[in-house]
Amino acid sequence: MLRYALKRLISLVISLAVASVVIFAVIEVAPGDPASFMLGVNAQEDTLAALRAELGLDVSKLQRYFNWVGGMMVGDFGTSYTYRTPVSQMIADRLWVSLPLALYALTLSTAIAFPVGIYAAARRGKPGDLTVMGATQLGIAVPNFWFAMMLVLIFAINLRWFNAGGFAGWDKGLWAGLHSLTLPAIALAWPQAAILARVMRSSLLDILGEDFMRTARAKGLSRRQALWRHGVRNALIPVLTIIGLQFSFLLAGSIIIEQVFYLPGLGRLVFQAISARDLIVVESVVMLLVFAVITVNFLVDLAYAAVDPRLRSRT
Amino acid sequence: MSRSLILGASLSSLVLLAAAISFVWTPYDYAALNIPGKLQPPNAQHWFGTDHFGRDMFSMIMVGARTSIAVALVAVGIGMALGVPLGLTAAARKGSWLDELIMRGNDLVFAFPSLVIAILITAVFGAGAINAIIAIGIFNIPVFARITRGAALSLWEREFILAARVSGKGAARISAEHILPNVANLLIVQGTIQFSLGILAEAGLSYVGLGAQPPTPSWGRMLADAQTMVSFAPHLALIPGLAIIVTVLGLNLLGDGLRDWLDPRIRVARA
Repeated sequence: MLRYALKRLISLVISLAVASVVIFAVIEVAPGDPASFMLGVNAQEDTLAALRAELGLDVSKLQRYFNWVGGMMVGDFGTSYTYRTPVSQMIADRLWVSLPLALYALTLSTAIAFPVGIYAAARRGKPGDLTVMGATQLGIAVPNFWFAMMLVLIFAINLRWFNAGGFAGWDKGLWAGLHSLTLPAIALAWPQAAILARVMRSSLLDILGEDFMRTARAKGLSRRQALWRHGVRNALIPVLTIIGLQFSFLLAGSIIIEQVFYLPGLGRLVFQAISARDLIVVESVVMLLVFAVITVNFLVDLAYAAVDPRLRSRT
Repeated sequence: MSRSLILGASLSSLVLLAAAISFVWTPYDYAALNIPGKLQPPNAQHWFGTDHFGRDMFSMIMVGARTSIAVALVAVGIGMALGVPLGLTAAARKGSWLDELIMRGNDLVFAFPSLVIAILITAVFGAGAINAIIAIGIFNIPVFARITRGAALSLWEREFILAARVSGKGAARISAEHILPNVANLLIVQGTIQFSLGILAEAGLSYVGLGAQPPTPSWGRMLADAQTMVSFAPHLALIPGLAIIVTVLGLNLLGDGLRDWLDPRIRVARA
């Protein structure tokens, strides 16, 4: 297990290194000089040079790359070109919206998908199963931002149960915060729940055909008991992997959903930064998201290997 | 043929047909403004109503289908054109440093949250259909490379490949003449699925303003425009959304149906 963990750790570090080079390179070829963008077309050459020095843009590309990566390792993400505030502070503020949103959506998607998937598998081929499978096909085909607009139309505009957008802020209390994240979380969770329910169902169906399930029935357990005690537990392994992967979809998906609900999260930060050509912010937020996704996948792999020793021999 | 194959093929061809017809005919000029006739709900003259500039929604949906299909199709094309040869090469040189390099590269691209990178690419190089295609296409490469390699590996163990080797054919020729035709079914099925994912991705990118730029109509863009008007003109949001759902649902069903139909083992089991 230790060897496996070490091997995966090395590939994690390589992935992160390559990712940082790619992101840096992409931003590097972006046209336009941040300093002249900030000061406008009439800026004097010496003012521009002074600003470039202040922003750390006057050193070689290689030096800048290492400054950027080295800074991030100690929590220094640089200074925003437009706001002149530390990027780390901006990210920290926005994370308080994006992270709870992704976790809320993950909880919802799991809470919906588990019972639905188990129900469908237990009624394989019957009308209940077919209805669920049809509904999940629809769930996968629905773009989540469109679903979000429909939720706003029904629950905010017509029924007035929720606000159409905006974030109340956690200082108004946990309930107010959760309340304003509820519609976005449902919109995010819906397509993921459809996928997860399908995975849960097919994983459970695979397990139901196993010999040990027949043994469980033979020793006198009812169908229901065998399903819960032996089936569900064994079916969870692939499902957990998917949940890990979904975290990345949810984080990325929240970028678009935040636009629908005008939520002040990382997604809005990225788009504001893009339109202001505040590339240091774009660069750092993208790196942070990639870091989160790669690290979560790494942790899922480790957990997976800890549960199932057979996987350790594969890479 | 299964019901999902028939339903999926019908829905997909409906959308393809609408896109094809839009080249020669639309009920109205999709770009023609008619401010006095703006925001009409669906009616006999304008089957899907009109938008805030009085443009005919039905015509815009038809032309928008063209945009979505073009972007998604080319993105799948990129994925196949690069991914399949990579997968074939990796399988032919199984266990070599080349195989290792290709597969590790794949893992790396897979690990990136695709939407985030698409946003990065379009943000830096500018929004537009071409950049959207590239952004979506890049993430199709590892999908096709992986699936090709997996299927090819088991084929390399088969006797007819051994026969081909004995007859003196090289690895490249065997890959092209014997392996590729045998993985084609799998690629068609995966291509259909990636096509539907591409439609969704294009809609998402153009919704946030990073896809095709006006005046080119695109479904995602129409949804973005509709957002502020959803309370008094819900049809503006409903119709493009339903167009996306019909297309994606159709392609997914088609993919599922094709998989069952093309896989002889399942066919025998059913008969």
